[in-house]
Amino acid sequence: MNARTDEKERKKIKAVKKMKEIMTFYYIDAKTASETGKKVAWITSGGPVEPLIAMDVIPVYPENHGAMIGAAKMGVELCEKAEAMGYSGDLCSYARSDIACATVNGGPIGGLPRPDMLVCCNNICGTVLKWYEIQARYFNCPLFILDTPFCHTSFSAEAKRYVRRQIDEYITFLEDVCKKPFDRDRMAEVGRLSIEGQRLWQAVLDTTINRPAPMTAFDAFFHLALIVTLRGTQQAVDYYRLLLDEMNERVREGVGAVDEEKYRLLWDNLPIWYRTKWLSDKFAAHGACLVADTYTSAWCSSLKYMNEDDFLESMAEGYTRIYLNIGVDEMARTVIAMIDKYGADGLVMHSNRSCKPYSLGQYDIRSIVERERGVPTLIIEADMCDERNFAEAQIEGRIDAFMEMMAAKGSA
Amino acid sequence: MKFDRLKEIVEDPWGTLGEMKERGKKVVGYACSYVPEELIIAAGAHPARLTGTREGIRLADGHLQSYCCSLVRGILEDGLSGRGAVLDGVVFPHTCDSIQRLSDIWRLNVKGGFHLDLVLPVKLDTDSARDYLVDVLKRFLSDLERALGVEVSEADLRASCLLTNEIRRLLHELYMIRWRRPELLAGADLHLLNRAVGIADRNLIVETLREAVADLGADGARETTKGNKNILLAGGMCSTPDIFNLVAEAGGRVVWDDFCNGGRMFLEPLRLDGDPIAAVADRFLSRVVCPCKHRGLTDRANHLKALATERGAGAVVFVHLKYCDPHAFDFPYLKAELEKTGIPSLLLEVEDPLPPGAQIRTRLEAFLEMLD
Repeated sequence: MNARTDEKERKKIKAVKKMKEIMTFYYIDAKTASETGKKVAWITSGGPVEPLIAMDVIPVYPENHGAMIGAAKMGVELCEKAEAMGYSGDLCSYARSDIACATVNGGPIGGLPRPDMLVCCNNICGTVLKWYEIQARYFNCPLFILDTPFCHTSFSAEAKRYVRRQIDEYITFLEDVCKKPFDRDRMAEVGRLSIEGQRLWQAVLDTTINRPAPMTAFDAFFHLALIVTLRGTQQAVDYYRLLLDEMNERVREGVGAVDEEKYRLLWDNLPIWYRTKWLSDKFAAHGACLVADTYTSAWCSSLKYMNEDDFLESMAEGYTRIYLNIGVDEMARTVIAMIDKYGADGLVMHSNRSCKPYSLGQYDIRSIVERERGVPTLIIEADMCDERNFAEAQIEGRIDAFMEMMAAKGSA
Repeated sequence: MKFDRLKEIVEDPWGTLGEMKERGKKVVGYACSYVPEELIIAAGAHPARLTGTREGIRLADGHLQSYCCSLVRGILEDGLSGRGAVLDGVVFPHTCDSIQRLSDIWRLNVKGGFHLDLVLPVKLDTDSARDYLVDVLKRFLSDLERALGVEVSEADLRASCLLTNEIRRLLHELYMIRWRRPELLAGADLHLLNRAVGIADRNLIVETLREAVADLGADGARETTKGNKNILLAGGMCSTPDIFNLVAEAGGRVVWDDFCNGGRMFLEPLRLDGDPIAAVADRFLSRVVCPCKHRGLTDRANHLKALATERGAGAVVFVHLKYCDPHAFDFPYLKAELEKTGIPSLLLEVEDPLPPGAQIRTRLEAFLEMLD
């Protein structure tokens, strides 16, 4: 084994294997739920999963599935199928992929298991409301909507009351569908595990404060899966502890994710799933490490509002005040705080045609960040799942020009 | 019937609002039909619906990507260009993701005037949502009072509820007259009226509508029979008056519309007994929903099917703004449901202003020919 292969081997994150194993068993469990008598709920990525776990319901995430479809480069085919069904090509590519996939059981895992119920929380967008209405009609199954009022500048007392009441409605809904009482002791335990998992995930992400960073945002995109899908389980806690140990070990040994880390960048918006490897290599070739991102950190962005001793009470606020459900100026403040925390020299924004609440407002965030921190921004126009909206040559040119500008700035 | 004064108003909305302001009236702009005009009127101000600029876009592109609808872009342009400076304040209700971000971008970039977010519930079919809606409307009223430096009495609210109800009643009556005798009122004039309703002095609107109803409504005996080429237009906010003429020129006849600045405006009168705020809330809860809102899974399809049948429409033409996600998501389902009842439909994706070219005309002609 030569030195180069040796170094490559050293850089590989060992926990990846464990993660793949967990996700495989998770999907086997979900897909065989009808045989084991368990119920399946489809839930939005920012949705309140903990009560489902407490009720022994298997949560399934169409958005995680969308990411898998994107990463498997199967997005275009499914999006085209949705367009043939009458859905506009301008709609969210996760939604298009999922809606089409449900009718043909396509995609990388042959479709998701049929839902017994749908749980939609609109804290991430209005798209999920429409998407889940469509699926509720298609599968003819009950739909619960957790309506989390948008916090432009504040979280009002009225909104808090409204969301809190809906948590009780949610529990009643689950009791009705599952035909069994809600176990509050179990819920308290799941709540504690959820918060512990989120803290560990934040700790994992924070290891990139170190120079060189032991992992990149591209790694975070991968390791994110458990905090989304298995939040509130011991399994997620154990996994992130393992991953955190490995990252701390790398920090101690000085193992960086990128060779000769010269530039530290912050990523904004969802990943471009079908090009993560390409983008990762592209930035790494310039000695640029994407040290953090606004996307994967969103799953622990509400920790400050959560109370582990009273999870149900605090989740109304925690689920309402997540990163996407806040005003553009508060998002900009979050970006600035991340730039400071992770020592980022530049900002890379994915202007994502699929996600208006994430993308509209990015130009203003860019201006605020440039004004407040003098940090330059690169905007990549693309889409998270629909490869037809990725112009490789143009994007490559823009990345190269941006990195040359960073280099010139560094040497100036 | 001539609507010269209203035509002038619609063609120069900012001039009209400026004149009002010169006369000492406070003007409050708002971005969607879920803003309760009654509360603004009761607070002594003039509500002006923002419908996007008719001028070119110069500044909004610096804040919005290409995949944002022309309505949101046009509203922002009016703000950034300074035309919106005539407004004493603006109200952005929670509707779609784009209007939600428009509110933030406006707040950060358009200075002067107060800025209120009316964060309405998205669900409209639960008790907790109703209570929240009432809470939000009460807070909105107190925010308005503070911003405008007034105190609103229950009598003020009752008076404004009477006024808006009268506008709704008259508009409905005019729609009915036109439905019975389409030749009496050109579609473009109807569209003009609908637009003027959001801009002009509401007393002038009442006066004009009363005159129109009196002039046109003499002969109301005839009923429109179902016709293959009777068209129901459907969609969100329609800013394209040409669509009425285009349908007519292609050989069809618009018998009704389900636009939020058209036929949906006058649905559900306000209950006039009891608490006016609760009545405003209940109207929003009982009116057929905009696709940004949720009230069951079949609400909109049932409404459209019933409306098409009731008005004898042989087909539905959906007019959607490009990049309007909520409407685009509903379309395949609505189309399929209409087909089940034997009603064909066509989708036109438009931008405001309509691009020149014959594409829409050709599609309409082909569709109407098919209806023979």
